Formats: sequence, structure tokens, C-alpha cells
Amino acid sequence: MAAISLKVNGRVHTVDLDPETPLLYVLNDELQLRGPKFGCGLAQCGACTVLIDGQARRSCVMPISAVKEQEVTTLEGLGTPEKPHAIQQAFIDEGAAQCGFCLSGVMLTAKNLLDENPKASEEQIREAMSSILCRCFTHTRMIRAIKRYQRSRA
Amino acid sequence: MKRGISRRDFVKTSGALVVCFSAATFTDSFAIAQGPFDTHKSHIDPDKLDSWLAVASDGAVTAYTGKCDFGQGMYTVQSQLVAEELCVPLDKVKLIQCDTSVTPDQGTTSGSQSTPTNFNARNLAQAAATAREALVGMAAQRLNVPADELTVENGAVSAKSGVHVTYGELIQGRHFNIGVNPKAKRRLPDEWKVLGKPVPSLDRVALMTGAFEFVHNVRVPGMVHGRVVRPPEIGATVANVDEEWVRHVPGLIKVVVRNNFIGVVAEKQWQAAQAAMALQVTWKPGSGLPPQEDFYGYMRKQPSRDVMSVNSGDVEEKLKSASRVLKATYLHPYQAHGSIGSSCAVADVQRDHATVWSATQSVYPTQHGVSALTGLALDNVRVVFVRGAGCYGLNAADTVTYDAALLSQSVRRPVRVQLTRHDEFISENYGSACVVEQQAALDASGAIDVWDCETWVASLGGRPGYDKPGNVITGMLAGFDPDTITPQPASQPTAELRNRNNAVPSYVAGCFNGKCAGAGSVRSERVLTHEVKSPFFTGPLRSPLRLQNTFAHEFFMDEISAEAKADPVAYRLQHLKEVRIIDVVKAAAKAAQWEVRPSPKPGAARTGTVSGRGIACVAYEGDNGYAALIAEVKVNQESGEVQLIRFVIAHDCGPISNPDGLRNQIEGGILQGTSRALREEITWGDRKVTSIDWESYSTLSLGFQAPAIECVLLDRPTTKATGAGETAITLAAAAIGNAIFDATGARIRQVPFAPDRVKAALSSRG
Repeated sequence: MAAISLKVNGRVHTVDLDPETPLLYVLNDELQLRGPKFGCGLAQCGACTVLIDGQARRSCVMPISAVKEQEVTTLEGLGTPEKPHAIQQAFIDEGAAQCGFCLSGVMLTAKNLLDENPKASEEQIREAMSSILCRCFTHTRMIRAIKRYQRSRA
Repeated sequence: MKRGISRRDFVKTSGALVVCFSAATFTDSFAIAQGPFDTHKSHIDPDKLDSWLAVASDGAVTAYTGKCDFGQGMYTVQSQLVAEELCVPLDKVKLIQCDTSVTPDQGTTSGSQSTPTNFNARNLAQAAATAREALVGMAAQRLNVPADELTVENGAVSAKSGVHVTYGELIQGRHFNIGVNPKAKRRLPDEWKVLGKPVPSLDRVALMTGAFEFVHNVRVPGMVHGRVVRPPEIGATVANVDEEWVRHVPGLIKVVVRNNFIGVVAEKQWQAAQAAMALQVTWKPGSGLPPQEDFYGYMRKQPSRDVMSVNSGDVEEKLKSASRVLKATYLHPYQAHGSIGSSCAVADVQRDHATVWSATQSVYPTQHGVSALTGLALDNVRVVFVRGAGCYGLNAADTVTYDAALLSQSVRRPVRVQLTRHDEFISENYGSACVVEQQAALDASGAIDVWDCETWVASLGGRPGYDKPGNVITGMLAGFDPDTITPQPASQPTAELRNRNNAVPSYVAGCFNGKCAGAGSVRSERVLTHEVKSPFFTGPLRSPLRLQNTFAHEFFMDEISAEAKADPVAYRLQHLKEVRIIDVVKAAAKAAQWEVRPSPKPGAARTGTVSGRGIACVAYEGDNGYAALIAEVKVNQESGEVQLIRFVIAHDCGPISNPDGLRNQIEGGILQGTSRALREEITWGDRKVTSIDWESYSTLSLGFQAPAIECVLLDRPTTKATGAGETAITLAAAAIGNAIFDATGARIRQVPFAPDRVKAALSSRG
């Protein structure tokens, strides 16, 4: 056990845990955050995705000791139900979900890509999304929502 | 104890007598493959209006349903239904889903039965209509105006004079204390203001912003964490558990062993995960698995429980004398539900009562299962549905609920169990492997004269229902037996055809005692199904057996039309007589600008990339939705890769409750069907399943180049509402396979159409 400080969604939290604890468990169990989900625990599906200093990362395989001073942003850190972030609004407008369990991976991966490459081509978007799974196969609407967000930030 | 569908009920409703009891038993077991989804009496009486609805003194409406939302949109669309029938704004309706303490027992939310059950002449819809009529009756008395001179809008009843009274003022928070009136007048589709509209899904803002509570997010005071340790091999049993290895794990509360069920409980999730990894268990090996290479041959040799769905009695004789007979065998693998979230549940089992938070599709059956596992009285177990990741059928949601209950009972604290991905892949009930052998004879004109179909289905366990907790792995490990196959030869058909599993192709007449309930015209017909024991647990996976059967029927129909040198659309229409399936075939062909000609496409190159189109259609479960799907593909003949260019679907589910939700289901269904057709297959070795994560079980990712999907929605407001969640997925494999044939001239009769299998088929073209 060790006291570890984490900066999550703009607030600093100190937890006293095994430093090897995956970040996902801390976000879910200690901080009661719902955005990142346990999908596979193997970094294969993307459901646990968070932004770490703006980069989409799989929190299910990242020990909290590796986070250090970096800033963690979860899906609920982007915007709120009252004031959604532009990418969340694009997904709301397109109705781009069925069960919605995969959304952290979908939205945060797309946001990371378009923040770095605002003019990403459709092929580049697909390439970035190729590590994300949506088992309801809401693909058509999700890609449409990502492009809507891309247009909205141009 | 209540049963799913009692034999007595079955015989009673089918009008069959005891002489056909054996066949009834079989049909019964297949019919409940999707689960018992009828509405039953529990401590909540579904005949009473108050069981379904309450109107508060401020006019707020609370509705109670036993059909829940997994992402297929049932929350939104049932809210629309209640708002419509009660004439209140949508935001006045609060829907309580699937909680054994307050909602009626509607069995399992499955089988494309939620809409037929709750939107037609019974249950939730009829209750809401009854409530509106009752409130109008109260208003008539209060205002002293005849009821038929009153109008209802926005939760208020008005007379022509302008006087009005609100629902809240009328009911004043009291119960209705009346029965659901089966004659209460329903609002007609041409009057609809809320139902039938593309209302955006009510959960979308919470989902997109991470505020939505999934079962994975349930946190209860004092809750601790559990993990399970499953047998590493199929059939392995516990020889010894050595707890010495986990004594050092901090936070460990207990190692729980019950028969062959093993789990650990710890204060923190990470500690539980470490303890489960570290625990040393000596397993006694199982008897091994039949080799996968020859599994379809193995299936055909197993003792079987047989059913004859139709038999005109003349098939063998006619096949013997026919001049043109076609034969083909179709193979469909076991596939996984593969929910994106590994299953999770929370249970709080105390000495004399329990509360369980579960993503099960079946809260009441799960209440029975938890009662059986824990020994608690049924009435002292409460099961509360909380949505999980999309399940598409019997994923591991039920079994993890049992896991949580067993662990919680052992430590007397609330326990949350999160399965790992590996656990999920070896804990769920797979979609069944199937072998379908087809034969057809053509007459001199090239029309189909005889259709003969023989199918083998691998089956073990299934939905636990009300009395079979052993039908999923945890129940079995804890000592309960699963349903298994008692071999029994086929009798002749004993009742009018109900094509619940789509075992019977759409093109045959389906006659019994002169009554022909099939969708087609072929009179010489035989359909025989053999159910054989599966080495793996099986259960309903979106369009269970309907998908496997339809793949084989629609693929074979394409082969026959090619043999007859006929256009596949025209040839289908030639053999169909049910107008609703004819209409979807025509509508899809028109929207796709279908080019009329036989397949394969003439003059296609044998190298490089070629393109083609294929069609498939279905009358889902005989009469529970109709669709025709056209796929346009490109096939890279060097790599064997199949690329989807376009899908066009025509879809008829009766009156459409929400066109936006419907399109979402159709689009997702087609692409999920595409993934299943092109990629998905459970694999195994000598003793264990080897498809255990997203690298060893292939699925199409979000990077897959999804084709354009055009939906033609046929609205039929005067018919009954049918299901719509499983129709489109049923058609994907056949439409794609037929398009590959059109492009290349090669038939790939085995799912999935993986690149190597496509290449092998191409090289065997000769």
C-alpha cells in the first residue's frame, strides 16, 4: 500500500492502494466514476479508455503508479448532461449508441485523433478506430457522429 | 413452483390431445429456447390495472414493465406507448423495468417478443388504455358530461364547454382498483402523437456523458469484491484447493468452494483479481472434447431427439424418380454473444433475505434460480434489473448473478463479481452449431417440386427458466443438472405448423391436415430436426437457430435458382405465397435497382477484385416480422477478403413504434450479422475452448469499413406489432454468401466466410 495522488477530471485525489492497482479500478471503485468500463481487462476492446494528458489510453492495464503527475480525463470529465462536450453533443445528435458500454473508447479515441489531426481523412479515422470494438455494431452512426464533431470543430 | 410453459398449458392452448404428448414436449423445449416470455401471475396480478400503472396527484405517471432495455430501445418505446395511450407528454412517464418487488412477471425479455407482448391487445398497452378510459369515466362523473363528449389531451380531460379536469385532480393519488379491461379502446396509429414518431432514445445524454448507471457501476454500502475460478477444461472437477497460495494476498476475505464452484472474496477488486490468479486448484480432468476438425461429422453421429415439422409423405419417392435433384450441406459454427463488457452482478445475501442487482433478461426466473442456489424462500429474494453491456441473448449475465449470490451468501456481505474476459468466453451459453442438409428436385419447367431439409443442432443447458439453474455454468458447478438430450425418434407432425425456429424454409407450403401455414407453395416437403448433446453450454444468441436455418434455406434457394438459370428474386417470388414476405422482396429489389438476371454474374474475371449482389428473405418465426436484404460485395480473389459495398433492406414489423429506434436495430443487426458471417467462430482444442479473448475470437472492429445501409420501412398500421430486433441479422450471412457466389461463381457453404475459406472455395471452382 502506498499513498498515491491522481489528478482526475481537474481534481486531485489521494488514494492509499497497491501501486500496481489498475487505474480503471481506482476510477470505478474509489472515485465512483462511471465513464470508463471494464470490457476485457486486456487492452483489446477500448471500453476502459481515458485521456492521459490528452492521449487515449487503456486504463485497465495501466497501474496507478505509472500515472504520476499526468492529468486523467474520463468521459464525464469532458462535459456534463447539462453541458455536453462537442463530441458528446455530436453523438447525442446522431443517436450514436445502442447499449452504450463502449462509448468511452469510441469518443475519447476519436477526440484524441481529431485534436491532433483535425483534418483526418475517413481512412485515418477508421485506422484510429480499428482498435475499438462496439458489439452492438452501431458503426454507421458512430462514424457519422465522429465526422459531425470533426466538422463542428473546423 | 411455477414452470416456464407448463405442458398442461401447452396442450390446452394447442388443442392437442394426450396422444401427441411426446411431440408437444419437444416443441415445448424448442419454443422456450428464447425463454418463457409470457406474462405470469406472481405476487403481482397482471389482470389488475394497478400492477401496471400509477398516476400521482400531480399527474406524473409511473408504469411498471417486465420487459427491459439492454440497448435495443425498449425503455424509450414503452415510455412512448404509455404516453400515447394515456395522452400525456412523454416526460410525464417514468418507467420502472424488471424488478421482482414491483413489476409484473413477464418472464424473459427475449425472442423479439417484447413488442408483441406489450404493444398489442394485452399487458402494458391494454393497461394504459384501460387507465385512460377509467380517468375519462371519472371525469364524466365529475363534470357531469357523457364520456363520449369528452376529449383527452396532456393529461387533462375536457368538455366542449371548455371545462376540464386533470388526471391528478381525478385520481388524487389513489389506486384504480379495477381490472385491465381487454375491451378498452386503443388509440389507432392514425391518431398517434408520440408513438410512431422518431423519438430520440431517452438514455442518450446520460450514456454519452458517462452518467448512466450500468450494473457494473452499482455500489452498495459494505460491498466487497469477488472473482471466480472456473475449471480450466470442459468437464474438469475439483480435486483439491490449496489456500496456502493466497494467504499472503492482502484484503482476502474468503476462498469459497461449493462442489465445483470456486470463488474468492476480497476487500478490493484488485485484491480479488490477484487472489483468483494465485489460488492453486488441482482439477480432475474432464473426458476431453471431440476434435473440432470433424465436429460437424461428429454431430451427425450422435443420438438425437428428433422432431418432424412438416412431412407431406411423398418426398423420398419423388426424389427417387426426379430427373434433377440438388443436394448441399451447410455448416454453422458455435458463436459467442461476446458482450463488450464482461458480465458483472452485485448480490447482498443475508441470513433470511437477498437483494440482487443483475443485468439478467429474466428477473423472475433468476429469482427462482437464486432461491434454489441459496436455499432462501422465493419471496425473500428480490432481483433488480440494472442494464449491462448489450447481451444479444443468454450471455454470462445470469451465471454471474449466481456467482455473486453464492459468494455473498458465504461472506454475509454484499459482493460484486466482475468476470474476466476469459471467464466470459468460457462461461456463456454459445449460439448452437448446426448442420443443415438440403435436397430439392426440380420439375420439367424448372420450378421446385420437392424440398427436403434435415438439420442437426447441438444443445446443452440454455435459459435457466424457473427451475433449471444448472442450465448455466455456475448452477452446474454448484451441483444442479443442466437440461440435456434424451434421444427420441421423430414422430409425424402433430400440429399445424408454427415456424418458431424457421426450421421450415419460406418456400414450402407447410401443410398439416389440409391446413397450409407455410409462406410458400412447394407441396412435397419434409423438415426433420435432430437435437444432439453439445459438449459446450448453448443458449439463445440473437436469432437463435432462426439465423442458422435461414442461412441454409436462403443459400440453398440461391443454388436452386442458379441451377434453374433463373433470376434469384423472380425465382423466390415464384415460390412464395405469403403477401408480406413477397412485398419485402419486391420493395428491396426495387430500392436496390436489382438487375434481373441469373447468378453468377456473366463474364466475371477469375482474378483480381470482382463484385456481385445477393438476396435473402425471411418471415421471422413464421409471422413475427418480415424482411428482405440485398448485399452488394466486392471479393478480392487473391486475398479472399470480402468487402461490403452496400446493403438494402426492406422491413415490415407491422405498425412502427419508433422509426429511429427501428433503423438503429436494423443497422446494428445487419453489421453484427456481417461480423458473424465473416469472422466469428468458437474454437477449441483437445480439452478446452481456445477462443478466449478478442485476439483469439475474431470480430469486426469499429475500423471496419461499414457499407451504406438503406432501410425501406414498410409501415402496416392495421396489423399486429411484431418483433424487430432479430429480423435483419437473420439475413446477413445468406445475402453475403449469395453475393460472393454472384461475384465469383464459388459457393462457401460454411460460416464464417474467412479469407482462407473464401480462397479455398475459389480455387475449387475448377
